[in-house]
Amino acid sequence: MAEVIWGLATSHVPSIGAAMDRGRTQDPYWKPLFDGYQPARDWMGEHTPDVAIVIYNDHANGVDLEVVPTFALGTAERYRVADEGWGPRPVPDVLGDPELAEHLVEHLIDDGFDLTVFQELDVDHGLTVPLSVYCPDPGDAWPCKVVPLLVNVIQYPQPTAARCYELGKAIGRALADYEPDLKVAVFGTGGMSHQLAGARAGFINPEFDAMYLEAIETDPEKLAALSREEYIRQAGAEGIELIMWLVMRGAMSERIHRIHQTYHVPASNTAAALALFQNGPEAR
Amino acid sequence: MSQASRFDLPGTYVFDGPASRRGLRMNQLFMSLRSAANRERFSADEQAYCAEFGLTAEQERAVLDRDWKAMADLGGSIFYIYKLAMMDGRSMQYLGGVFSGMTEEEFTAALRAGGRKDG
Repeated sequence: MAEVIWGLATSHVPSIGAAMDRGRTQDPYWKPLFDGYQPARDWMGEHTPDVAIVIYNDHANGVDLEVVPTFALGTAERYRVADEGWGPRPVPDVLGDPELAEHLVEHLIDDGFDLTVFQELDVDHGLTVPLSVYCPDPGDAWPCKVVPLLVNVIQYPQPTAARCYELGKAIGRALADYEPDLKVAVFGTGGMSHQLAGARAGFINPEFDAMYLEAIETDPEKLAALSREEYIRQAGAEGIELIMWLVMRGAMSERIHRIHQTYHVPASNTAAALALFQNGPEAR
Repeated sequence: MSQASRFDLPGTYVFDGPASRRGLRMNQLFMSLRSAANRERFSADEQAYCAEFGLTAEQERAVLDRDWKAMADLGGSIFYIYKLAMMDGRSMQYLGGVFSGMTEEEFTAALRAGGRKDG
């Protein structure tokens, strides 16, 4: 059966990818963030999954506003790296796992989540930056296959936090029912607090972020109970991306073990964080 | 429409259905600027390019004048508006400064100092 071995919550700010692509991770601006990643990277490097389910949102690159799927899953063999306007990031194409993806689609629909299916998709920084946070030097290929799961966090009404958490639980059930022995990592991406537009642009809320980083492990129900308004008020208009962490959390066990965490302000206009959890109550 | 039931937060755009409907064509224009060929066509005749996408007169004025706040007021999504800003060599910190009434340097400094607070 497929088993979730770890979950990674991480910001997906494009400039984090650009700092890696341009060799600037040791610049004074970026060094604290990348130094903070290192223990997690070391640990993940020793715990390679077969597949990563990456929960993310697109930013006007692979998807536009003509169709706005609330939840969507990619079933392709391969995903090209999107050209966001500067040319694609110099990272490998992303290989999919159509068999697992189709299993997830069927189980999730039977479980009450009527997903949209992408058979073709260019993946943008929302997906590739978290892969680079996990694996900074992939060479010719990423260390694992990827199933992309997209969440509409851009156009109101976004799915509720509670629904995201329930979707994660349904993913957990679907994986438990998947016959091949497979090690799975789940990535919840986006956040932390930030707001890009309006007079409140530049808003950062370290108290809310600290609460969220703690509760994602110990009290996800509390985070699932927050309204959209509360997310936007407390974490900023774009901080509502944090609901995607709850999909990851829902796919994991009731008890999880924190391996590492780091928090840094700023990455461009955003509070950036990483939190890595081993599935299950304690280190094995 | 659900506008009445939707919350309002000071200084914050909530990009909702009515905003997205109003901004659809302008956002489509912004998205098209990902390709170099389209950027070239846009630069050659911005007004004609706006007409091709069917922008309203107000939206066209906002785009031609690089009135970033007006673009957001007229249904632009920040992730889409940013495509035009990038083309002009403008950063997200520059846009943050425009929205919050600061220079790019002041805005960047505020973020490096831990970010802006409410009120």
